[in-house]
This record gives sequence, structure tokens and C-alpha cells, in this order.
Amino acid sequence: MAKSQTKELALEDLWSNNPVFGQVLGICSTLAVTNLVLNTTVMCAALIFTLSFSSMSVSVLRKFTPRNIRMMVETLIIAFYVIIVDVILKAYWPQMSESLGPYVGLIITNCIVMGRCEACANSNPPARAMLDGFFNALGYSFVLLIIATFREVLGMGTFLGFAVPYFSSSYWDKWIIMVMPPGAFFMLAIVVWIFRSIQIASQEKTK
Amino acid sequence: MNITPQITQAFIVCISAIFTQNILLSYFLGLCPFIGCSREVRSSVGLGLAVIFVMTCTCALNWILYHFVLEPLHLEFFRFIMFIIIIAAFVQFVEMVIDRFSPYLYQRLGVFLPLITVNCAILGACLFMVIRNYSFIVTVGYGLGSGIGWFLAIVAMANIRGKLANDLIPKGLQGPGITLIIAGIMALAFIGFTGVLAGQ
Repeated sequence: MAKSQTKELALEDLWSNNPVFGQVLGICSTLAVTNLVLNTTVMCAALIFTLSFSSMSVSVLRKFTPRNIRMMVETLIIAFYVIIVDVILKAYWPQMSESLGPYVGLIITNCIVMGRCEACANSNPPARAMLDGFFNALGYSFVLLIIATFREVLGMGTFLGFAVPYFSSSYWDKWIIMVMPPGAFFMLAIVVWIFRSIQIASQEKTK
Repeated sequence: MNITPQITQAFIVCISAIFTQNILLSYFLGLCPFIGCSREVRSSVGLGLAVIFVMTCTCALNWILYHFVLEPLHLEFFRFIMFIIIIAAFVQFVEMVIDRFSPYLYQRLGVFLPLITVNCAILGACLFMVIRNYSFIVTVGYGLGSGIGWFLAIVAMANIRGKLANDLIPKGLQGPGITLIIAGIMALAFIGFTGVLAGQ
């Protein structure tokens, strides 16, 4: 595939059609773990792995899959990769597996994975499908990492578990609400608002 | 086995799944249909009712299969695939039954049923019941409570959004943005229920 095409694809998935603030898909299963940066990183890595490889597999099998059962086949492919992630986590990092709870398994029903399989992998060659999956997962991860950073620093005064100078001292009143569920909703709303406003402003400029 | 304490526990779990640990507002499950389908009160009621029904039944069904098939065979890691297949098959089955016996109900719920297969709240409830080691009766209570909690949240959201329809909202905040902020405020309100149930 030409290099410029890859760049175009990356730009589209990371910015103009970003899964979180463009398509608003798949926020369910990962929003819950964004109160700690470390958990979010692991979850995003799991998602990048699952989305890239399931997109590729769906694309490889697209000519052999009967049309009317393709949703079921896609779900099974996704579940297969999620089980790999789950088993690896349980074997090598049991504490992390415990603190993520059911959310690793919930990647199966994460709408963005199914959405990309349907929208792109079904009609494109494997290399392109895999890149599309990878960049979509990356675009998704960077937004979630922004949210996680704000929530952890403001709510607990730490970043990746290490104390942040000003925010962990007594000058800073910790915003407990940030690590609780409402904080996730508010942070996501603010991020969506900011990014969408920038997009709208730049669209008006080009007109 | 004495059954009364189990029923009591099932009742407590049911109430707490509705209020203090609402599956949508404190575990973020089922957010996609919540944002996508909460524009109209009528359709949100239909979707909510379908979720209550499917969630209660699939939780019970998955409990039986998990404890009597997967556990004796030591295939616990296989549960993701089994749960999702059961959910998909059950939804399909319910759709056919309703279509056959009650065209009125089918008209009201029909379009929402396929959507439920990809609703993470259902799979989430099934996974939670395994992680928390609920007994069968408690699982039924939990499935019912989670469904009712989801129903309450989406109907409330649809009503609020109906009131907001004519208001001026900044461009970047229209649609998902404002919905998320309302959901945040609702989550705050639901935190107020914490402590209603002692002995949780």
C-alpha cells in the first residue's frame, strides 16, 4: 500500500473520524477503568491487539463467510482474541486481571470492534483492514489516556501510581468525584466538547 | 438447604442493582444504546422493557450452563464465547416467539431486540454474576434488578432530552456531549442512594 494512503488513513481514524468523539462508539467497556492510568494503558493495549487482529482475520475470511451468519462469525473471531488476552493476563499479571474484573471480557461487545469489522474489514484486503483496526484503536486509546490522566491526577494526586508534586500536597484538595463514576461522564463530555468544537471551527475556516 | 435467607439476599441484591450500583451509571455498561436510542420516550420504554426481560432470562440460563456444563468440564475460560452465543440465540428465539404469538408486542419491541445482542450490559451482568459467585436465586434477582436499573436510567434520560429539545446548546456539545453531562448529573444523584442498604 502506498505510503500517502497509510498517512491518510491514520489521519482519518485518529482525528476526523475518531472512534470516541467522532463516532461515539465503544465507550462503555473502557470508561470504567479510566480512573487509573495504568489500568487504562493495559486495557488500551488489549483493545489494540484485539481490534488489529480481529480486523485482519475477518478480512482474510471475508470471501468464505456466508453473508447471513457473518455477525456470528465476527463475534466468535473477536471472542477468540479476547480469550487469548484474558488467559495471558491471568497467567502473568493476576492482580491486574482481578482489578480489571469483567471489563476485559466486555471487549467482545465493545461496539467499536464490531463496527470496524462491519465497516472496513468486510470489504478490504487484510493489510488495509489491519491498519484500519490499529489506527482506530490508537485513536481510541489516546482519548482515553487523556481522560485517565486528568482523572488520576485531579482525583488522587498521582500519575501511574507516583505522587505528582503539587497535586499530592496539602495545597490541593483532592477531587474525589473525579475517581467516582460521575467524574468519568463529565470528563468524557468535556473532551468530546473540546475536540468537536475544534473540528467545527476548522471546518468553517476551510469553507 | 434453607431457602429464606437466599431470597432475602436476592431481594437486597436486586434493590442495590437498581439504585446503589446501577449497571449503567456506576459500571458504564450499555452506554452505546443509551446515547443512541434515548431521543424518544416511547422507543426508550420499549428498549428498556426488552432489556429487563432478556437480562433476567439470560442471566439465569447462563448460570445454569456455567455451573452444570463448564465447571465440571474445567472449561471456564470458554465462558465468553458461551455467554455471547446464548445471548444471541436467546434474543433470536424470543424474536421468533413474539413475532408468532403477539404481533402487537412485536411491533413495539421488534426493532429493539436485535440491538440487545450487542448491548454490553447483558454480557456484563452475566460476567459479574460469575465473578461475584452468586447462587441461582440471587442471580435471578441480580438480573432483574440490573434490567430495571437500566430501564429507569434510559427512560429518565429520554424524558430529560425531550425537555431539552428546543434549548440552545453550544454546537460542539450537541448530541453525545450534552447526554454525557446529563448522565454524569444522574450518576451524582444516584450516589445519594449509597447507604440506603445496610449490610451490603
